[in-house]
Amino acid sequence: MSDVRTVEPVESGAARSFASQVSKPDGARLTARVRKRMSGPGHEFVLDVEFEAAPGFTILFGASGAGKTTLLDCIAGLVTPDAGRIAIGERVLFDSAQGADVAVAKRRVGYVFQDLALFPHLTVEQNVGYGLAHLPRAESSASAAAILQAFRIGHLARRSAGEISGGESQRAALARTLVTDPAVLLLDEPLAALDEPTKAKIIDDLREWNRAHRIPILYVTHSREEVFALGERVIVLDAGRIVAEGTPHEVMTAPRQETVAQLAGFENIFDATVDSVHPERGTMVCRLAGAASAGPVLLETPLVRAGVGSALRVGIRAGDILLATSLPQGLSARNVIPGRVASLEQHDVIVSARVNCGEAHCGVEMEVHLTLAARDSLHLEPRKEVWLVIKTHSCHLMQK
Amino acid sequence: MTIDWQAFWLTLQLAVTVSAILLLVSLPIAYWIAFSSWRGKFLVEAVVAMPIVLPPTVLGFYVLVALGPRTPLGRWWIALTGHTLAFTFSGLVIGSILYSLPFAVQPFAASFAGVDRKLIAASAMLGASPLRTFFRVIVPLSVPGLITGAALSFAHTMGEFGVVLMVGGNIPGVTRTVSIDIYDRVQASDYAGANGTSLLLLAFCFAVLAIVYGLNRKPWTVGPVK
Repeated sequence: MSDVRTVEPVESGAARSFASQVSKPDGARLTARVRKRMSGPGHEFVLDVEFEAAPGFTILFGASGAGKTTLLDCIAGLVTPDAGRIAIGERVLFDSAQGADVAVAKRRVGYVFQDLALFPHLTVEQNVGYGLAHLPRAESSASAAAILQAFRIGHLARRSAGEISGGESQRAALARTLVTDPAVLLLDEPLAALDEPTKAKIIDDLREWNRAHRIPILYVTHSREEVFALGERVIVLDAGRIVAEGTPHEVMTAPRQETVAQLAGFENIFDATVDSVHPERGTMVCRLAGAASAGPVLLETPLVRAGVGSALRVGIRAGDILLATSLPQGLSARNVIPGRVASLEQHDVIVSARVNCGEAHCGVEMEVHLTLAARDSLHLEPRKEVWLVIKTHSCHLMQK
Repeated sequence: MTIDWQAFWLTLQLAVTVSAILLLVSLPIAYWIAFSSWRGKFLVEAVVAMPIVLPPTVLGFYVLVALGPRTPLGRWWIALTGHTLAFTFSGLVIGSILYSLPFAVQPFAASFAGVDRKLIAASAMLGASPLRTFFRVIVPLSVPGLITGAALSFAHTMGEFGVVLMVGGNIPGVTRTVSIDIYDRVQASDYAGANGTSLLLLAFCFAVLAIVYGLNRKPWTVGPVK
C-alpha cells in the first residue's frame, strides 16, 4: 500500500505564490443537516446525515452508492433536500423549516465534479475566467493568470480545454473553482483518474492553497490512501448514514463497524463467539466459525465488554499476519496457528497467500500479505505447512 | 422558358424574414421544452409539432380567420394600419412562422437537451445566472442544432404552398411565391415554365441542405425531443 504522503514533497512554484498571499483568518464552518430520499434503479435509500466541517480538509469516505455525491449536490444546491438545514457560519443556504433555499449561483460554494466539466468550447484561460465575469476585465485576467501560474498551467492558457491531459484538466478545473474565492469547497473524487505522483503534486498544491484560504474543504473519496494522505478528519458514509467519524487513524485503525472495516481494508473478517474471558490478562479467547467437525480455531484477542458465548466479528489485516515454516518458539505473539498454504498470488510487489487454518478443511481461511523476498526465502508454495503468527492487538473486534 | 424572378425574390425575402424571426422566437420555446420539468410539457410539444402533420390548408384557414376582422387580433391590426393582415406580406410571414415553427424548435430543443448537464451545473456553481449560462454555454455548444433549425425552417418556408395560398392569395410582388407561380403555370398548361421554376427551387433547396449537411455533420431530428 503506497501512502501518498511518502512521495517526496515538491518544492513548488505553488508554495511560493500562495505563501506570498496574505493568509486570511479562518473562514466559517459548514454545518449541514440533510435528509433526502433517493431512488435509483434497483436501490432506494435515505440520505440522513448531520455534521460540521471546520476550515481544512474533511474527507467523506464510503463505497460507491453510499450517498457521498448526493450529499455534495445538496450542499451545492443542485439537489434539494427533503428536509434539513445547510449553513456556512451564520449564512443559511437551505432551511426547510424557514423555506430558505439560496440559488446555486449565489451560494459561494465551489464544486469540482468527478468528471471536471471544463467548458470544451473555451480555452483554459476562458474557463478559469468564467467565474470572474463580475470583475473588471483587467482584474479578472490578472486573477486568472495568477492562479494558472500557481497551479503550474500558465503555459496552457490559450489551449482549448478539450485538448489538455487528464492531470492538466484537473488543475484547470481546480483553478477555475478556487479563483472564485468560494466559502466552501466540494471535491468529488477529483483525483481518482490520476497516477500517484500527479495526484501527490496536486494534493500538495491544494494544501498550500488551503493554508492561505482557510475554508472547509469536503473531499469525497473511496481511496484509503487518500484518506490517510489528506485527512485531518474523516466521515464514513454507508447507505446514506454516517457510521463513523474522527481522525483517519481513529476511524481506520479501530473500526467498530464491519462496513468501515471492509472500507478500511480488513482482508480477513470472521464470525466468532467468545469462548472464555481473562480480565486478569486483559484478553479473551474467541472461537472462529468454521466446520463444526474439525478442531476449532481459537484466537486470543483484546478484552471487550462481551460475555462468554456472545457473537461478534474479528477483523485482521492481511499485512499484520506473520508466516513461519517451523513452529516458532519464544514469541510475544499469543496466537500461533498451524495451517497449510492453499494458494499464492502475486499482485505487483505483494504476494497474497491464502492459508487454511487448523486441521484440514476446518473452513477458516486467512489472507496473508508478504513480500516477494519473504516468499522466496521461505520457499512458500501451495500445500506447504506453515504457522500463522497473530498478535493479540492485531485482532480487531467489531459488533455483529 | 421564363422564370418569374419576382416570385423567386419574394419567396427568398419571405424565407429569410421567417427564419430570422423563428431563430429568436424558437430559442425560448426550445429552452423551455428542453429544461422544463412541468408535467403538461407534452401538450406544448404536441402543439408545436402540429404543423408537421396538419394539412397546410387547415393551418392556413385558421390563420386567415384569425387575421380577419372577426377576431380581436384582426380588428386591432385594422385599427392600427387601416387594412386587414390577410393577403399581405406580413400576413404571409405570420402564417409561415407558425407553419415552420417545429422545424426550428425541435432541432433547437434536441441540441439544448444534448448539452451535458454537468456543464450547466458547473456554470451555475461559478456564479453565472441562467441567462448567462444560456448564452455562454448552452448556445455555443448547440451551434450545429441552431444551424440545422435555421436551415430547415428556411428551406421549408421556401417551398410552402398551402398556407401561402390560403393566407396570401396570389398577388404578384406581394404574396405570389414560387410555389404559387408553379401551380399557376400548371393550371395554364405552361409546363415548360413550371419545369424551369421547379428546377430552380429544387436546386436551391438541395444546395441549402447540402451546405448545412456539409458544415454540420450531425444527424438532425424532426421527431419528439427526448
